[in-house]
Amino acid sequence: MKLTLHKVPEVPLEAEVISPVALAGKSALEINKLTLFYGNRTVELGEFFSVEGEANGILELEGDLSRIKLIGSDMSDGQLIIDGDVGTHLGACMSGGEIVVNGNAGDWVGREMSGGRITIKGSAGHMVGSAVRGSAVGIQGGEIIIHGNCRNEAGSGMRRGLIVIGGDSGDFAGVNMLAGTIIVLGHLGIRTGAGMRRGSIVSMNDAEMLPTFSYACTYHPGFLRFYFNHLRQLGLPISDEQIDGEYQRWCGDAIELNKGEILIYQP
Amino acid sequence: MIVQSTEVANTFAEAFKMWAARVIITAHTPQWAMTAAQSVTGFATSVIGCKCEAGIERDLSRNETPDLRPGVSVLLFAGSSKAVGNRLVERIGQCVMTCPTTACFNGLEQAATTVSVGGKIRYFGDGYQASKQLDGRRLWRIPVMEGEFLIDDRFGVQPAVGGGNLLFLGKDVASTLEAAEAAAAAMRAVPGVILPFPGGLVRSGSKPGSKYKALPASTNDAYCPTLRASASETELEKEVGSVLEVVVDGLDEEAVAEAMRKGIHAAAGTDGLIEITAGNYGGNLGQYHIDLHGLLQSSRY
Repeated sequence: MKLTLHKVPEVPLEAEVISPVALAGKSALEINKLTLFYGNRTVELGEFFSVEGEANGILELEGDLSRIKLIGSDMSDGQLIIDGDVGTHLGACMSGGEIVVNGNAGDWVGREMSGGRITIKGSAGHMVGSAVRGSAVGIQGGEIIIHGNCRNEAGSGMRRGLIVIGGDSGDFAGVNMLAGTIIVLGHLGIRTGAGMRRGSIVSMNDAEMLPTFSYACTYHPGFLRFYFNHLRQLGLPISDEQIDGEYQRWCGDAIELNKGEILIYQP
Repeated sequence: MIVQSTEVANTFAEAFKMWAARVIITAHTPQWAMTAAQSVTGFATSVIGCKCEAGIERDLSRNETPDLRPGVSVLLFAGSSKAVGNRLVERIGQCVMTCPTTACFNGLEQAATTVSVGGKIRYFGDGYQASKQLDGRRLWRIPVMEGEFLIDDRFGVQPAVGGGNLLFLGKDVASTLEAAEAAAAAMRAVPGVILPFPGGLVRSGSKPGSKYKALPASTNDAYCPTLRASASETELEKEVGSVLEVVVDGLDEEAVAEAMRKGIHAAAGTDGLIEITAGNYGGNLGQYHIDLHGLLQSSRY
């Protein structure tokens, strides 16, 4: 099934009904009549999208969706392919299936997700895989793969899963992280891992450490080979040198459990 | 039946239901992976005395292992899934974790049954261990003096077949050894099997029971040339001066049978080899009866 945006909304459109699972078993007519929040009123989906094909577990979206929020929310299965930029809260609370964005994404990609995979071929905004404000726990499983850059607080409150940033991350990556793995192939911003309890943050470039992180050693973390093998299969540029190389291990955050780690590649 | 001038007896090998695991050991170099594999498969010739049977299946290249390092595939067999799990914990804990630069992965990812291995060995980390989950797989990172030991949380186990065998009856030790060595080399190349005895060969084949009540097995007197004139019965013609056995365990009956078929063809025709036969208990003990003539005639294998 394919949904094409034919009218760009002037204010954000909340489209949590747009997911392969939510549309399963519905006819094009029924889908056209689904209601969305548009600012402070409701509208029918057909007012903004044209619908083609049958719902078969694979949903394609096309157009500038940068003002469409919550696409793929609560998705548990199927495949969602988006050609164009997409708005905030993509794949929020997702538990399965796959979302691929051939463009950029807004803030809160995969916030509080627990399974499945989100791939952004471009860049993403703030709070990738994070907890919402007031909640302590962010992503609890699954994978978020950003081929480009992301902005601040990626993996805030992360408990499990994998976040990969192919480019640079903003500040406070892994802030208040509980566990899980964040891999940044570009540069980290400042205050990485602030308040982290457990988990791993990996960077391929030097980074400024908070004073509450302590240098442990330079070694070859075997588990990274396993992760890098996986990332290579996902099409990320991992070199043999990075796979075989050594990494500085910094432990922190000492204001918490001090069982987290930041691993810095040593070329 | 004659195969390349060697008589193949009209009999069957009696094999048993077992459970098996495949362990992938990787290391910084192929040599260290092999060192760990040899250690973890040591003293694992027979469940009778060793609680399990284990052997090296094959070398693995970098591209075949989960962590892109050279590795070795090992198979371990025991009588139950629980017993396999217990042996894995003991042996990996003592022989792989201790070996420099190694990591240890489950090699039966599709198995319906799993046992906790890394999930138990992790306690060696004394609270400093950490787990990683990726793509449905949980790994444990255990800090050790050399760095970190990485191991899968759970290992797949599956029903398997143990105790497939061939007996090589020759006129003397040299010719029997030559035939059995050729068979073992061919059998070892079959995927999914191991030959758990030293070099793949057994010179002290056993029969069940003993005149001494404490012993579950004792020498197979009917196949001992030195007892031909004194044992209560013998299976050896007078020209037979030596007997060697190859025991084969496999992940399924087809793998065991294929190994036996290749073993017969590789050994047959060796100068001085008089007969190839197989050990059984009259069909009363083992669940699998692998007929030698059937192996050579059937397209099943």
